[in-house]
Amino acid sequence: MSSSTSTTLPDSSEEAHAEDHHALPFWRQYIFSSDHKIIGIQYGFTALVFLAIGFFLMMVMRWSIAYPTSEIPLVGKMLGERWAPNGVISPDLYNMFGAMHGTIMVFLGIVPLAFGAFGNFVTPLQIGAPDMAFPRLNMASYWFYFLGGVVMFGSFFLESGAAKVGWTNYSPLATTTDTEFASIFWTGQTLWLLGMVFLISSSLLGAVNFITTIINLRARGMTWMRLPFFVWAMLVTGFLLLLAFPPLEVAAIMQLMDRLAGTSFFLPTGLYAGGERLDISGGGSPLLYQHLFWFLGHPEVYVLILPAIATVAEVIPNNTRKPLWGYKSMVYAVMVLGFLSFIVWAHHMYLTGMGTAVSTFFQTTTVLISIPSVILVTSLLISLWGGSIRFTVPMLFATAFLPMFGFGGLTGLPLAFNLIDLHLHDTYYVIGHFHYVVAPGTIFGLFAGIYYWFPKMTGRFMNNFLGHLHFWPSLICMNGIFLPMMIQGMAGFHRRAFDGGQTYEATTERFLWMNELTSWSAWLLAVAQIPFIFNLFWSIRFGRKANSDNPWDATTLEWSTPTPPPHGNFPTEPVIYRNPYEYSQPGAAKDFTPQWIPDEEIEKAAPEKAKAKAKS
Amino acid sequence: MLNKFLGIPELASEHGEMIDHMLEVVHWFMAVLFVGWTLFFLYVLFRFQWRKNPKASHEGITSHFSTHLEVGVVIVEVVLLLGFAFPLWANRVDSFPTGPDVAKVRAVGEQFRWTFHYTGPDGKFGRVDPDLISLDNLVGLDREDPNAKDDFLTINKLTLPVHRKAIVQVTSKDVIHGLAPVKLRIQQDAIPGMEIPMWFTPNKITDGDIICAQLCGIGHAQMYASFEIIDGAEYDKWVVQQSPVKEEAPPLASAGQ
Repeated sequence: MSSSTSTTLPDSSEEAHAEDHHALPFWRQYIFSSDHKIIGIQYGFTALVFLAIGFFLMMVMRWSIAYPTSEIPLVGKMLGERWAPNGVISPDLYNMFGAMHGTIMVFLGIVPLAFGAFGNFVTPLQIGAPDMAFPRLNMASYWFYFLGGVVMFGSFFLESGAAKVGWTNYSPLATTTDTEFASIFWTGQTLWLLGMVFLISSSLLGAVNFITTIINLRARGMTWMRLPFFVWAMLVTGFLLLLAFPPLEVAAIMQLMDRLAGTSFFLPTGLYAGGERLDISGGGSPLLYQHLFWFLGHPEVYVLILPAIATVAEVIPNNTRKPLWGYKSMVYAVMVLGFLSFIVWAHHMYLTGMGTAVSTFFQTTTVLISIPSVILVTSLLISLWGGSIRFTVPMLFATAFLPMFGFGGLTGLPLAFNLIDLHLHDTYYVIGHFHYVVAPGTIFGLFAGIYYWFPKMTGRFMNNFLGHLHFWPSLICMNGIFLPMMIQGMAGFHRRAFDGGQTYEATTERFLWMNELTSWSAWLLAVAQIPFIFNLFWSIRFGRKANSDNPWDATTLEWSTPTPPPHGNFPTEPVIYRNPYEYSQPGAAKDFTPQWIPDEEIEKAAPEKAKAKAKS
Repeated sequence: MLNKFLGIPELASEHGEMIDHMLEVVHWFMAVLFVGWTLFFLYVLFRFQWRKNPKASHEGITSHFSTHLEVGVVIVEVVLLLGFAFPLWANRVDSFPTGPDVAKVRAVGEQFRWTFHYTGPDGKFGRVDPDLISLDNLVGLDREDPNAKDDFLTINKLTLPVHRKAIVQVTSKDVIHGLAPVKLRIQQDAIPGMEIPMWFTPNKITDGDIICAQLCGIGHAQMYASFEIIDGAEYDKWVVQQSPVKEEAPPLASAGQ
């Protein structure tokens, strides 16, 4: 497998790579680049911008929830009379922001950051490949994503506003909303579907590319069990995207046809809308849409989680100075997890009238999937034992990831049972649960990744003090947001209500005050991101210089390249000699033994062995 | 105890006791795991910080404790599935009550209200047809049908007798709604084109909110409805009062008492 890589290397001298840089005009090198590292950084910045937009939407929603009848300060008048009369957020605007918060965070923020940015930047470097297998496809993937983002974001400015029926976009509501406009095409609901088609196409191109790259472009000696766990996670994620997304693409196109061409894929006979009988042929099934959506929706959850777990699995060995504990069982666990994630989807649909057999099947698979999840988290936790833990900023985020993600996972347990969902279905308990998984879970994992790989991308560290200023308030605020949600959910607060449950006073009065606590935590969380944003840009130019190509004393291959890695990545074709996380190897002088150093060179550095030789 | 700490609302149905019990058991299990893991986690972070332990161990933990823990987790989960989740769900969907004593109501959701369709004293729903739906006939009841004669509707208010089994058939005219009377510990999505029954036995004279659980459009948050659980005899009287056919004697309503 390695011989093919050498042929794709244009030339293996450093000067040749330097020449490559000059050969490309600016727009080819930084805009329409086919270099996986540039594409990764493009993905990263675009995704961070969308995360900020998604965050902004949420802050506006949190105002509506806490103070539904008051004018929202600062932005009230800017939202316009149509959406916020006298600056008070309308239910319509709340629904729109709610739908787009979910859509943007999942499809335009976290997946692109986790898979698009880190996956792109790190994977080829870690396996010793000069680039992705299909660099142009990679570029196309980014630009499809960009286009999808433009369509989604642009839809806010239409007369109808953006999509507003939840990120799940259930039929029939999604089909019958916004049909009163002159052109049904130019409405938020239609453009959401179109945007999804772009985003899914982007993911498919990316997935094919990742799978091919990881299977075919590994350097000599990079056997399967020498792959860093991150690469394994990317491989599984690639398969999830490849196999789970097409059904949603189909669903999006069918729903598009329902809207534009008068078909009734998801519309039953005798359907009314706004008090009037719809002139449709009918015969379709709203549940079909839900099945197609959640067939993607659930694997998508693991697309959100796996890259973060994998990032943490890189940061922990590096900062505990010991190998990842249970590497092999983690690899098997992640494969089982990937497989099982395809057969749990209907647990999102427990209350759609499920019989015993179907419900038994999906409850069983849902509980089964907790086993590999527990193995992954436990292995990471146990990896800390016996370490010599350095609390660098990436490590702070990685350690905080463990209990936060654990909490998110555990609160999923009651929800796995159909019976309990009779009480907790669609309550804030569900929201709290999956946000614990994705926000202080995944996003903390990704922050760890940003702080960890930043020196490889730029040659400079991010500022340590600002990192602490980012971490501690974020940790507190995250819990301030999501912990009250668990309590509210148990009390029966249901989701997607612009007034935070005030209408149902008899149910909500005991815990209504928590809405304010949550909202203030959310706004403070925004303040806590300021040091991060400043740090990110400031450190590119003024951060402390990394003293070497391997400033964290790491063992995986991405740290063997020049900094930042040139076009083609490796000056000479790398060869892999050992497992990915050989830290504190007995007999070695240094506490890290990189994958790319031949055994002979290690032995020279080992004092005990040298002494032993001298004795003999 | 844990449920109370977590702020679970008042309970007013028989099967709800099992739900609350299961919630309690699961939350204890979660609490033990989370507290255990967290204590271990904090201890490790303290003990193995680089100042205290400058040299890391290559092997790390060699005990099989984690395997035992994982097996333990699996066993508890199997017990939860076999002991609670499967049989109790089967009880929800496989053993619908029958007989004259059962209170039957159809719940029809639309943007943005619930219409409750009662059988009337005869215990039978009249035929409904979407073609007949109009402002005067919210559920499309065929008044020609003999069973429909004594049917009646209420809007946004569900009334049921205490200690008698009730079946509510949930459906929708336009988009997906969700019928969630929180205190009764039951919910059902209302899906157009489908009519899905749920059953329960209210065991307390009380009242409470019915929340719309599924996003249904601009009025979702304010699609307010409520339920009221009243004494059985009172309920029978109420049914006769509400029924449009007042002259006919109600043969079945009191027969079940």
